[in-house]
Formats: sequence, structure tokens, C-alpha cells
Amino acid sequence: MSTDGTSVRTADMEPDDLLEPGQARAPVPPPARFQASATAAVPAAPVKPGLSVRLEGLRAFYGEAEQVKGVDLEFRANEVTAIIGPSGCGKSTMVRCINRMHEEIPGARAEGRVLLDDLDVYAQSVDVVAVRRAIGMVFQKPNPFPTMTIFDNVASGLRLSARGRGDLHPQVEAALRGAGLWDEVKDRLGEPGAGLSGGQQQRLCIARSLAVDPEVILMDEPCSALDPIATLKIEELIAELKRSVTIVIVTHNMQQAARVADRTAFMLDGKLVEVGATQEIFTTPTDPRTEEYVTGKFG
Amino acid sequence: MSAQSPAGGQLARFNVSPARRRKDRIARTLILAATILALIPLVLIVYYLLHKGLGSWSPSFFTTDPTGNTFFGGSNIGGIKSAILGTIEIVALASVIAVPIGVGVAVWLVEYGRASWFANIVRFFVDVLTGVPSIIFGLFIYIVLIVGTGSSYAGYKGSLALSLLMLPVVIRSAEVILLLIPGALRESALALGAPRWRVIFSIVLPTALPGMVTGVLLAIARAAGETAPLLFTAASTHNTNFNLGQFMNSLPVQIYNDVTSPTTAVVNRAWGAALTLVVMILLLNLIARLIARRSRLA
Repeated sequence: MSTDGTSVRTADMEPDDLLEPGQARAPVPPPARFQASATAAVPAAPVKPGLSVRLEGLRAFYGEAEQVKGVDLEFRANEVTAIIGPSGCGKSTMVRCINRMHEEIPGARAEGRVLLDDLDVYAQSVDVVAVRRAIGMVFQKPNPFPTMTIFDNVASGLRLSARGRGDLHPQVEAALRGAGLWDEVKDRLGEPGAGLSGGQQQRLCIARSLAVDPEVILMDEPCSALDPIATLKIEELIAELKRSVTIVIVTHNMQQAARVADRTAFMLDGKLVEVGATQEIFTTPTDPRTEEYVTGKFG
Repeated sequence: MSAQSPAGGQLARFNVSPARRRKDRIARTLILAATILALIPLVLIVYYLLHKGLGSWSPSFFTTDPTGNTFFGGSNIGGIKSAILGTIEIVALASVIAVPIGVGVAVWLVEYGRASWFANIVRFFVDVLTGVPSIIFGLFIYIVLIVGTGSSYAGYKGSLALSLLMLPVVIRSAEVILLLIPGALRESALALGAPRWRVIFSIVLPTALPGMVTGVLLAIARAAGETAPLLFTAASTHNTNFNLGQFMNSLPVQIYNDVTSPTTAVVNRAWGAALTLVVMILLLNLIARLIARRSRLA
């Protein structure tokens, strides 16, 4: 694997597909970047720029049912954006459109544009596999690959995308450090990933997506299956991770959004109601529906 | 237990009524009787197999071919070596044909075909094939490869008939296992940027492997015991044969031939061969169960 974070996708996709000419990022050695973020106590300036994601008129369907009904929304680079809203409002569906996982469901399709920096990920010429390498995803339930060891789970992203040749130990260690899991598992990398606790498994899944060196990480209710202590660890981790990636987190838990997010978007019935700085959304929302939701009047 | 001192007054409604207790006892007795009734033939089969079969077992029984010398005394009728090896060879070739094709069909059905009309038609025909009597597969191969080509019986033709028999069993068992694999596993691999074929080979199939091996072994065990598809495809012979293009002996066919013999020693050889076949299939089933227990699914 290349270490500069920009040329890793060149096998399948020209860097220009993802970046404006002249916008190429400065090379940063990833182990240093992950180590630094794992040990630093206070979040500092971005270590590696993530990429922004912009939704323009995004609509998503399951068969004939429209689940996301035209959303315009920007996720700023190296920020954490939380998406809140009641069950069934289309939060998860919208997020799954960003890395084109939505279309994996039979009968599902999306309309509109999803711009990663300036690249429309739905453009004809774009390789969906390259999009998913740049935009990682962490799911609701921790789901390490059951046949693989801890090491292999982290290395799987590299191996599955055919970039994992030779000794993957440096990348695996860097990713595990980045996910704050290294100290807990360094002596048992050969054990099955399924043997870890729920919170550790979820951090293993985060390490797995970090290993392929993405610019954006989507988290779909990553803590809903975890206890409060494990949740706290993930939240601390999110604060560290935003120094190197852009984070979009779907959450049912409004306190969690208030704790981790720089900006918060409120969705209702497939539409975006309001987006703004988290502080504003929770204290001085402009839309009455947002106020009702964040004060617990419904949802 | 407090049953000896039934509660009175307000708590009386918590007592089990005598009528219900009686019904319960009758139902339990009936179910137990049905279970014992079903066990009787099983126990008798095992008893007769051991009683009659063990008598003809000896080291030379497994290491010599049958001689065909069946009318004179029976002192030199030989063993079942060619039948054991023939069964192993025929079934091995049948598995080599049926397993990759069957697993391939199952992968297509689960990962690509899903609920499309063509996939549903395939599933329907697989179900039809499962119900086809085994002699029909033998007949089909006989018509196509023996009458149709004007050639003779051969071991590989028996293998083809058995592979047709195994195919639907392999497809269905593999499909069930593949459907058990959580969709979240495929999703997380796809979300890592893995192409679909890599997700199938590196995540789905390894996770499904123990379950699939179980299904395959059960299909093999079923095929190993079939007589009808081999009677007029592989025929039978006395000599041990490692050329699947020739006539080939097999355990079920030898049992079929021996048991109709007027010579007692030859009939006893059929019992010995039957016990051997049952032990072989039992071993396969045991291995299948051991592997299933180690499965990480279910």
C-alpha cells in the first residue's frame, strides 16, 4: 500500500477523479498520523485533510417507496456531522447513498448527486469500488468477519481490494492504534475477532475501515448495540478520528450528537428540516419541529 | 412439592384439575408409544446387520475380490474388495462432478439470482430433481450414454448418474447455508471496497464452509448407498478396477447380486457387504456432524 493517502486508489481510479488538479494533498506517513492521534490528549489541527461530501437533491427509493425526498446537505471536511431524527425518517438510507451501499438492496435506487469533494460518485465513469474505499462505513451491529483473526480482520480491507501484498503488519498496527484498540489486542492478534467484547468488536470494525485509509467514514448508529462505557470510548475515538477523516454519524441518541458532533442535521419524513452548528440546533433551533424533537416532545 | 397440600380458598384456581392431569398422561403415553414403534425397525435392522454381517467379516473379506465361484461349497467365494474400492471410486468421481457445480448454482441463486424469475425457475426444477426416483437417473444415463452411443457399461457412467442424483441435494443444502450468512457480513465487506466476487470467495464461502461440507457429506452418503443408478450404468464385475472407463463393481450392486444367490455363503457375503456399507455411511455422517458442530453459524 502506498503511504501518502492519495495514490492508493490509482490502480482503479486516477487521483484526478477524486481530487481537483493541483489539490493533491501533502503526503503524510500514516503510522505517524495514527499514532499521534491515538496519544494526543487534545484534538489538534487536522493531520490529514478529509474530503467534504455534498448532497444535491438526493432522493432514494425502495421500489416505488420514496424514503429520502430530496435532500441538500454538506458534510464539511474534518468535521463530525450528526444526523438525528425519529425512526424511519431516512437517516440511514441517506447515509447509505453516500458510499453507494443503498443500491446493493434489490429494487433500491437513488437520484440526485452525491459529490465527494467535486466528484459525483454516481457518475457513469466512477468505479463504485473506489468510492467505497474512499468512504468507509461502520455499521450498527459490530460485525467482524467470523472466520478471521483480529489481525486478518483489520487486514481484510487491504486484502479484499487486492492492495494487501507483503507484510501488512505496519498498516494493521497503525489502524488498530487509530481505533484505540492496539494496547488491548497487541498480544493476541492471532485470536478470532469474534472473541472480543462488543465495544472492542466495534472498534475492530473501525480499525478495519481505517486500514484502507479512507477520507470519509460513515457511522450508522455505531453505539446503539454498546454499553455506556464502550460508547464513551467510541465517542472519544470519533473526536480523534476527525483530524484525519470527515465523519458522518447517524444517531438516535441526541446526547451523543451533542457530545460528538460539530454540526447536526435534523431529518423528518425523508426531508432535511434543519442543519447547523450542534450548539445552535440544540439551544436555538429556527424550525419549531426541530425544537419539539430536541426537547423530547416527539420521536 | 406442594402438590400434596392443594391450596384452598382463593388459591384453588391454581390447582391442576384431575381431568387435565389425565389428558396429559394419555398424551405422553401415546407419544412415547409412537417413538418406540418407530425405533423397532431401526433396532431390528441394526441387530440383523450385526448378527448376520459380522459373521462374514474377516481380514480376507476386505482384501480379496469376489471369485464368482458360487455353486461349489462356497469355500472360495472371495471378499468384497472390488466392491469397496469401486464404490469409493464411483462416488469420488460423482462428487468431483456434482459438488463444484452444485455449490456454483447455490452461489448464483443466493448472491446473484435472488428472487428473479429465472432463479425461481431454477429452484423449482431443483426441487423436482430432488423428488425424481434414483432409477430414473440411471435410466437417463443408460438411454443417453449406453444405448445412445452404442457403447458399454462403465464406472464413469455410474458416476454421472450418481452426480445427477447428488446435484439437487448439494444445491439445496448449500443454498440454505448461504442464506444463513448474515447480510451485514456481505455489506461490511462491500463497504470496505471489495468487489462482489472477492466478497463471495473471501468472506461468504469461508464462513459457509463447515455447513457446506456437512451438506456435501450427506449427499455423498446418500449417493454411496444407491443401487438403481449403478445397475445398468456401471454394471458389476469381480475384479478390482482402477479404470473408470471399465465395468466397475460397487457395494450396493454386489449386495443386490449376492442376496439372490442360492448359496448360503454368498448370501452371507451380502450381509457382510451391507454391514460394511452402513459403517461407511455412518462414518460419513459422523464426520458431517463433527464439522457441523464446529460451524460458526447456527
